[in-house]
Amino acid sequence: MAAWLERNVPRILLAPSFLAVLVFVYGFIAWTAWVSMTRSRLLPKYEIEGFIQYERLFAAPRWDTAMNNLFIFGALFIVVSMLLGLLLAILLDQKIRTEGALRTIYLYPMALSMIVTGTAWKWIMNPGLGIEAMVRGWGFDEFAFDWVIDPDMAIYAIVVAAVWQASGFVMALFLAGLRSVDEEIIRAARVDGIPTWSIYSAIIIPSMAPIFLSAFIVLAHLAIKSFDLVIALTGGGPGYATDLPATYMYAMAFSRGDIGQAASSAMVMMTVVFAIVVPYLYSELRAKRG
Amino acid sequence: MEAMLEIRNLDKSYGATEILKDINVSAEPGGFLVLVGPSGCGKSTLLNCIAGLESISGGSIHIGGRDMTHVSPKDRNIAMVFQSYALYPTMSVARNITFGMKVRGVDRATRASKLQDVARQLQIEQLLDRRPSQLSGGQRQRVAMGRALVRDPQLFLFDEPLSNLDAKLRVEMRLEIKKLHHDLGATMVYVTHDQIEAMTLATKIVVLKDGVVQQIGSPAEIYRRPANLFVADFMGSPAMNLIPARTSRESGGTRIEIERTGGAPVVLIDTRNGDLPEEVILGLRPEDIAEAGFRAGEEVQEVKCLIDMVEPAGADTFVVSRLAGRQVTARLHSETTAQPGSTLDLAFDLGKVSYFAQDTGERLN
Ligand SMILES: Nc1ncnc2c1ncn2[C@@H]1O[C@H](COP(=O)(O)OP(=O)(O)O)[C@@H](O)[C@H]1O
Ligand SMILES: [Mg+2]
Repeated sequence: MAAWLERNVPRILLAPSFLAVLVFVYGFIAWTAWVSMTRSRLLPKYEIEGFIQYERLFAAPRWDTAMNNLFIFGALFIVVSMLLGLLLAILLDQKIRTEGALRTIYLYPMALSMIVTGTAWKWIMNPGLGIEAMVRGWGFDEFAFDWVIDPDMAIYAIVVAAVWQASGFVMALFLAGLRSVDEEIIRAARVDGIPTWSIYSAIIIPSMAPIFLSAFIVLAHLAIKSFDLVIALTGGGPGYATDLPATYMYAMAFSRGDIGQAASSAMVMMTVVFAIVVPYLYSELRAKRG
Repeated sequence: MEAMLEIRNLDKSYGATEILKDINVSAEPGGFLVLVGPSGCGKSTLLNCIAGLESISGGSIHIGGRDMTHVSPKDRNIAMVFQSYALYPTMSVARNITFGMKVRGVDRATRASKLQDVARQLQIEQLLDRRPSQLSGGQRQRVAMGRALVRDPQLFLFDEPLSNLDAKLRVEMRLEIKKLHHDLGATMVYVTHDQIEAMTLATKIVVLKDGVVQQIGSPAEIYRRPANLFVADFMGSPAMNLIPARTSRESGGTRIEIERTGGAPVVLIDTRNGDLPEEVILGLRPEDIAEAGFRAGEEVQEVKCLIDMVEPAGADTFVVSRLAGRQVTARLHSETTAQPGSTLDLAFDLGKVSYFAQDTGERLN
């Protein structure tokens, strides 16, 4: 009995969480997949009707806007955060005395909830309260900074807030990467007469490829599941100009009473996440084994 | 002849910690200067100062007759090989070797021909397309040397280049570096903590301890006439026997008495060295204590000793006897009949003896 217990204690301990994950993650994925194939509206129905929800989804202009926004937001958010993070990391890598304090300051935004970030930036960018009002107060009466209320520019306002939040984290990641390069390699390069920018661009940064990949994966999944920032900053507006797939899904499920649309959009989002994460996991696991 | 490297009164501190104190060292053109000392004594720091990778707190550094004290590393006309090889990890072997030339604006044809020359010289022609991660330690070492060789510098700097290799490869590469030095006729500065490497490679050895130069000299000088107890103990393997002794004047010379437990003191008469203080440390290399009858010379004196231990080492056999509370090692021929626990007549060659002061450790004769 004791021996049996000893052998099975790990299984017994893990069983509840395993069951919970099985039901609440995979069970509900399966449920959502099912519902996305039905004519569910306010209440779920269970007769499979094929792909009509997906046809409706891809025909809906609002979904089009959401996907477009995801593309603009995702691309800008990832590229700008990485560039800014890398730049900050390289600047901090110059052995300045206040490094510890600066690193903490840059990292802090990541500790904030997206809701706080969104609300703060909503006020900062509000034409009547924030930057525009301040600069006009200095006497520049013509100055305009009204991205949050401009349907064409509002998505870029969200990019600004998201970059502000994430680039410190990317910087910390890259700084660790820069520091992991053997000091002797850098010394060798200096003796070899290689200028500093070449040391970074030709020697250090190429050897950080795995860190770039990790940063990309983290940022990409943040972008795809972005929801709270949009809700806090623009509420998806003006109109539905800043809708992202996640806010689209939320609107369909909880304010428009269209569970079928919500389920099908959720499935599309999951597919996009898988398309990014699965190759990453695959390459990681293969590298570990090989 | 003007020195290729001349270091005058060099000081180096990190904050309040003095790492190097008043270093004066020079290397002649074509010389092989070895900086040797225990780990942490400041050898790498000194080499980095020569390379310009570390700024110095005082003194000056001249390379090839030019004051290089404030010149940046790339303009010092040097090349350096590191302990960890420090190859650029994402570049092929060929690119590792040529990248520096490319950045310095050397044209493509020259780069290719230099690469071929060096690859042939170091026998790495078949490795040129590989990444550093696909090479063995010895191969990486060759690539690192190739990268230094294509610079064709005035001065080569090596920081413990062999200490990451296994014992056999280390001996092989040591020979190759020696051959390379001979073929190129270049000036080299080489850092190691391994005294055998220092003895076999150097034309001139600098022994360092705690950032202070202990002795500068040819390998033979350092070996035969160590300047103090530290050098005597550090250089040579097995180490020099250092035996506390009492001295007194006698008509025929200096009488030297070494205590031993369970027996009369060992008495030796040194006819050549007078004026010794009463208490000294007597230093004799193991090969200067032989089996009686196997060593001739005016200064050879025989003493009956109790043998504690016998260690056959192939070509030689080492025997250990206790004198003045110290284990004294003698190097005998391999056919010796010495047995542990028995007595044996040992011949002490006082022609090779060193004396050190007991308090300061400085050499007396
Ligand atoms: N950047 C540094 N800051 C402070 N102390 C250092 C630094 N680099 C080396 N040291 C100290 O200098 C001493 C000599 O170091 P090093 O030259 O590397 O020794 P070695 O190469 O002889 O083993 C060591 O005690 C080490 O702790
Ligand atoms: Mg060192």
